[in-house]
This record gives sequence, structure tokens and C-alpha cells, in this order.
Amino acid sequence: MASLDQSSSTLESREAYEEMHVHEVYQQIASHFSSTRYKPWPIVKQFLTQLTPGSIGLDVGCGNGKYLPVNQNVFIVASDRSENLARIAVNHQPHSVIVADILNLPHPDNFFDFAISIAVVHHLSTPDRRTQAIREILRTLKPPTKENPGGKVLLYAWALEQKSSRRGWDKGDLQDIMVPWVTKESSSDLPKVFHRYYHLYEATELERDITNAGGLVLESGYEKDNWWAIATR
Amino acid sequence: MKLITANFLTCAVKGCKTSPASFPLHFRDAELELQELEFQPEFICNIVPRINWDSFQAMANELGFPKILDKKPESDDLKDEKILRELHRLLLETQIIEGRLICGNCGHEYLIKEGIANFLLPSHLV
Repeated sequence: MASLDQSSSTLESREAYEEMHVHEVYQQIASHFSSTRYKPWPIVKQFLTQLTPGSIGLDVGCGNGKYLPVNQNVFIVASDRSENLARIAVNHQPHSVIVADILNLPHPDNFFDFAISIAVVHHLSTPDRRTQAIREILRTLKPPTKENPGGKVLLYAWALEQKSSRRGWDKGDLQDIMVPWVTKESSSDLPKVFHRYYHLYEATELERDITNAGGLVLESGYEKDNWWAIATR
Repeated sequence: MKLITANFLTCAVKGCKTSPASFPLHFRDAELELQELEFQPEFICNIVPRINWDSFQAMANELGFPKILDKKPESDDLKDEKILRELHRLLLETQIIEGRLICGNCGHEYLIKEGIANFLLPSHLV
């Protein structure tokens, strides 16, 4: 495991840190990463399938766009911080893909019917930045009224508690870690290793971040080594 | 980028969100391409209520398209296949391949390259 520099916490240094240990890595591994990400997780699929036709929503940190084919009766503006991943995601109709940062989304306030952000907020490197990311998504959602329940967001983050997984982490282990990604161009090449920064979420932490971001948790749970939650404003 | 997408975009700069001048963004030097897509009248009917009509008209006009309808089509208009086909063509099939999107409030320009708009901000605007 590579060493972690969590000592410096100015905004510039956090941005530079995520640039090096998250954004640049995804740019490099985009196509290999994409070839391994094709199966939608059941709860995400269910969340998207039950939407009213004609709903307008966001997929923040869409990666290769693996959730875009799930429902073609809604319109999704998907975004990713990595241009290389956005280029892979762009071909799913009827949706659209842009390059954007989760902390500065180019979307109006109080408008969207739904949002998903799957396996994204765990790449931000301080509690404050993770909370800001969730607040930024909540800002774009339709606020609830007496007649209308408002927009909903589904969030997923990698769990600390996953002792039966191949990684084997569990409660009590370090939460801020570097996770290797091994890629091989061809069978004769030596494998190349990239390290991505992750914050592993512990039980109830995702709900706490949502609450701190001003959101209301409607449902939450654990699926396949991840914590998930559905929230509204 | 599809023309419909621009209806759901504003400036990425935080301070601009409260200014009416930041929405819609403005196209400059746009290169267009027509991407044929399957016509799905029901999809068009479902999304039209969520379109900000004035902004859509203004943006289409900046791209050189003539005005289609003065006001947002409702009930009976949405049974007219000609109108739906026209909306399908403009909203979904019209792609902005190259060009820039400009914020009317702060003037910041976002590049569209090979059909993908990039909203990452330089550090001094974050």
C-alpha cells in the first residue's frame, strides 16, 4: 500500500492530491476499468427502473456510463471528472454526457427529479469535501413540497466492513487508503500498477454525511461491499 | 452534445447560479451535426413539460434555427406527429460537435470538443 499524505489540508493541496491519486489514475486506466464495469448493481437498477417516464436526472461520476442503458424513458445528464471515461460513456441514447467536477456542477438549483452517484464520494479526501459533494448534488434536486415528494438521490460508497471480499477489510482497519489497480497492455508486458485513493465508509457514516449536507435519508443499507442511501432535501 | 442538454446546464461557477444571466448559456462558433436517432414520440411527449421553452427557443435561435412554436406545445399539439418529429430533430438529433458555451454573467467560456462540453473550472474560479 502506498503511503498517504493526509497531513496537509489546504484546499489547493487537497485538490492536487485528488488530481494525482484519483483523476489522473482514471484518465490512465479508463479503457481497462471500463471493460471490467458492465453489470449494474440491483438496487441502482431498481431505483432507475421505477422512475416516472419523462423524469430528468443526473448521473454524477458516471464512469463508463454503465447505468445509462437501464432506463431509456428518462433523460439523464451524466458527468464525469475524467474526459477519457466521458468519451466511453457518450454513446448511450437518449442520454447525454459532459465533463464536470462533483464540487462545481454546471446544473441549475431545485430542478432535477433524481440523481445517482455510484462509487464516487469515497474518492474525495476529507470529510468536509465528501459532505460538500453531497450538498452540491442535493442543491440540484427539486425540493419536496406538500404535493410532491421532490427529487431523490441514490448514493453508494465503498464499505470498510467487507471481510468476506477479496480485499478483506473490516471494522477497525484504516479508512483512508490507496488501492492498487493492476493493468496489462498485452500478455508479454509487465503489469502496470496504479494507486487510487479511497475513503472506506463505516456503518452509518454515509447517513451522517448526508445529514451534515442538509439532506434527509429516506432509506439506506448495505449491498455487495458498499453502503448505499436514498436521500431527499 | 444534444441541444436538449443545454436546457439543463448553467455556469459551474458558484456565484453565478443566483444570477438569471447565467441561464441559459450562450453558444459561440458552434459546429452542428445531425445524428439520426430512432423517433420515439412518447419520449418527446414525456420530456416536453420539463423543457424551459424560452431558453430552448433562445438557444435554437443562436444556432440559426427558425422559431418553431411561440409557446410550449401542450395536450393537442403533442398529438401532432409533425410537431413531435420537429422537436425530435431539434432536441435530440441536433448535436453541437465543436464550439463554446458562454456564461452571460461572468463571461467564462466552456469548450465543446468532439461533442463533449467540459465544465472543469480553472483553480482561480473554484
